[in-house]
Amino acid sequence: MSVQHYQAKQFKSQAREALADQQLRDNFRGAMDYLQQKRKDAFNDPDELAQLRLHAENIRQRCLAKLPELLEQLERHCEANGIKVHWAEDAAQAQQLIAGLIQQAGGQKVVKGKSMVTEEIALNQHLESLGIECVESDMGEYIVQLAEETPSHIIMPAIHKNKQQVADIFQQHIKDFNYTLSVDKLIQTGREVLRSKFQQADVGISGVNFAVAETGTLCLVENEGNGRMTTTVPPLHIAVTGIEKVVEFLSDVPPLFSILTRSATGQHITTYFNMISGPRRAPERDGPQQVHLVLLDNGRSQAYADEALRKTLQCIRCGACMNHCPVYTRVGGHAYGTTYPGPIGKIISPHLQGLANTSDLVTASSLCGACEEVCPVNIPIPSLLQRLRRDAKLPTEAGQPSLKGQASAASVVEHTAWRAWAWLSTHSAIYNVCTSLVLSLAKFIPIPMGAWTRCRGKPALAEQSFHQAMKQRQQQANKQPISQSADQSSASNKGSN
Amino acid sequence: MTQTGLRIYPSKPNKVYFYATCLLDVLDPDGGMAAVELIEREGIEIIWVEKQSCCGQPAYTSGYQDQAKTVALSQIALFPEDHPIVVMSGSCAGMMFKHYPSLFADDPRLHARAQAFSERVYEFSEFLLRVCRATLQDKGEPTSVVLHTSCSGRREMGIHVSSQALLAQLNNVEIKNAAYETECCGFGGSFALRHADISQAMVEDKATHLSQSSAKQLVSADWGCLANINGHLAYRGEAASFQGKHLASFLWQRTADERGEQ
Repeated sequence: MSVQHYQAKQFKSQAREALADQQLRDNFRGAMDYLQQKRKDAFNDPDELAQLRLHAENIRQRCLAKLPELLEQLERHCEANGIKVHWAEDAAQAQQLIAGLIQQAGGQKVVKGKSMVTEEIALNQHLESLGIECVESDMGEYIVQLAEETPSHIIMPAIHKNKQQVADIFQQHIKDFNYTLSVDKLIQTGREVLRSKFQQADVGISGVNFAVAETGTLCLVENEGNGRMTTTVPPLHIAVTGIEKVVEFLSDVPPLFSILTRSATGQHITTYFNMISGPRRAPERDGPQQVHLVLLDNGRSQAYADEALRKTLQCIRCGACMNHCPVYTRVGGHAYGTTYPGPIGKIISPHLQGLANTSDLVTASSLCGACEEVCPVNIPIPSLLQRLRRDAKLPTEAGQPSLKGQASAASVVEHTAWRAWAWLSTHSAIYNVCTSLVLSLAKFIPIPMGAWTRCRGKPALAEQSFHQAMKQRQQQANKQPISQSADQSSASNKGSN
Repeated sequence: MTQTGLRIYPSKPNKVYFYATCLLDVLDPDGGMAAVELIEREGIEIIWVEKQSCCGQPAYTSGYQDQAKTVALSQIALFPEDHPIVVMSGSCAGMMFKHYPSLFADDPRLHARAQAFSERVYEFSEFLLRVCRATLQDKGEPTSVVLHTSCSGRREMGIHVSSQALLAQLNNVEIKNAAYETECCGFGGSFALRHADISQAMVEDKATHLSQSSAKQLVSADWGCLANINGHLAYRGEAASFQGKHLASFLWQRTADERGEQ
């Protein structure tokens, strides 16, 4: 099976294709409208929301501030609970590590709960190349897996598809499928297939929403029960997480869980909330015999090293920023060519993939601020985008660590143009001459406007600039007796529009 | 919560500095003049600093912070007296109010200077409503209006509230609401050029939603958005029937058509 691969470097052409796909745009618009309304309904008291966000932000910042120490504590407490802990620096190391654990146990069949971090390391493809079957057990993930695609949203992987498209995929891939457009029957069909997969699986792989350092507990948030099946039925459970998911105390979890689910789907709680604290113990009759935790860095420590960029790691993966982003709504998740799409994807992907691959992503925002407005942990996404725009263009300042791909999008022409612009903007006499020249000559010179005029008329420039109008007004005022000056100038300057 | 939600407003001053912004300078001098009249009518003297140019936002959002700093410092130096600075665009006001101090975060002396400057910055509608406490007498025929607020104006300055409140004072003007009111129009400075396809999809939707509001007049307190939306309306051939104007122009037209006023 070959998954269709989108690349961050191809963002512009991928976005163009997505924009031309009216069905895709309708699917996203409908889904985002729905999710925006759900979130709005879940937070009907703005003061309470502001407090919850501040609380969640404080928890995340406190935990990140002592990340190295908490990770060590997590490792100690997990090991004490019987969870074996492994560290992976990058995707390749994580792939090998996980495949090694499966092979050691003689595993052939894997079921996977929804986990973006395993998408990040392309785990399915790696396991398949080794002849290990890996089935996605989250309904959305299962659909995109059958369609040979990657998720287009971090919470709802198949949100880009409507029921018709899902029915067509099932028709193509599931034996004896009775074609239907009933959502309930479609889900039932998927669940029946997956039920037998759980029973046959040797290994269950899951993500982690919160890893509690204090107790060595792995928390998993889900709605379908597939996460519980994945982590309890097969004899071997491997949990994979980015290093930033660690929290200090068990008491940090409820506030984060509550704001996570409400931000994501408007739910006050999810159907399932799993707390995993080790393999089955002596008299217990169910649960996995072995539990492993893989802690993945893959560029996160680069974000951690810089105080401003560290805020990126506050993310609790609710997807609210993408649900409210006017760009994501129009191009969908695949166009980004990254595991994490949308606004959070634009600020985390440069650390995972480097700025050379992601420099188009960091400019693909009008900086409207909708993402920051809804982020449950107050990540200042627009200012981080501006910072990354700078880092993509310019070399690091002396004494500062540089990012992967720093200055890879440097452009002498652009830099020179901005220097010229700054010079002009600080030399008023020449600035004013230039604006009045443009205004007086615009009529005669066909100014090429390129991308701007593809869908816009040429800007209707004024006859004279405001600078000139004010100068004239002041000259007139000086000639008039003071008491009449306001009226006179008012009459002379009123345009009819 | 917007930053201005917590702002404490001073009493009405005798003099203000007027900051036209570069887009209004070349696209809409009438809008600027209308604002000058409205402020003067409140009994406030306008100080026009001719050397002003641009707030520096284009360089800032493009990642050229050093150039933005150079321009910011030059603008700060032009407004030395302790008068409020009234800015004719929500996003430029946001730049000067919120981002000037953060540009100089690592230099205590310049940061203090930028902070002191930014505290004197008011967006036009914010100033008219909150500082002047203007009460407007509507003298026009019945009409309807739809307001577009810029994203940064809305989220950094809270000007959707002050613009709406000023419009609501006009007795003969019905305020229409557009669908997706808070959604970006797709301008975003260089974004409109760097990502022209996405920008186009956004402005198409925005123009449709605004026209569908069935309002007779579109107004905005931000010329970046207006240039974008008006440009697209013109491209569609709707320029004659539906074009946006600056909020100040609309307010002045509704309230100043009789002689003998203040």
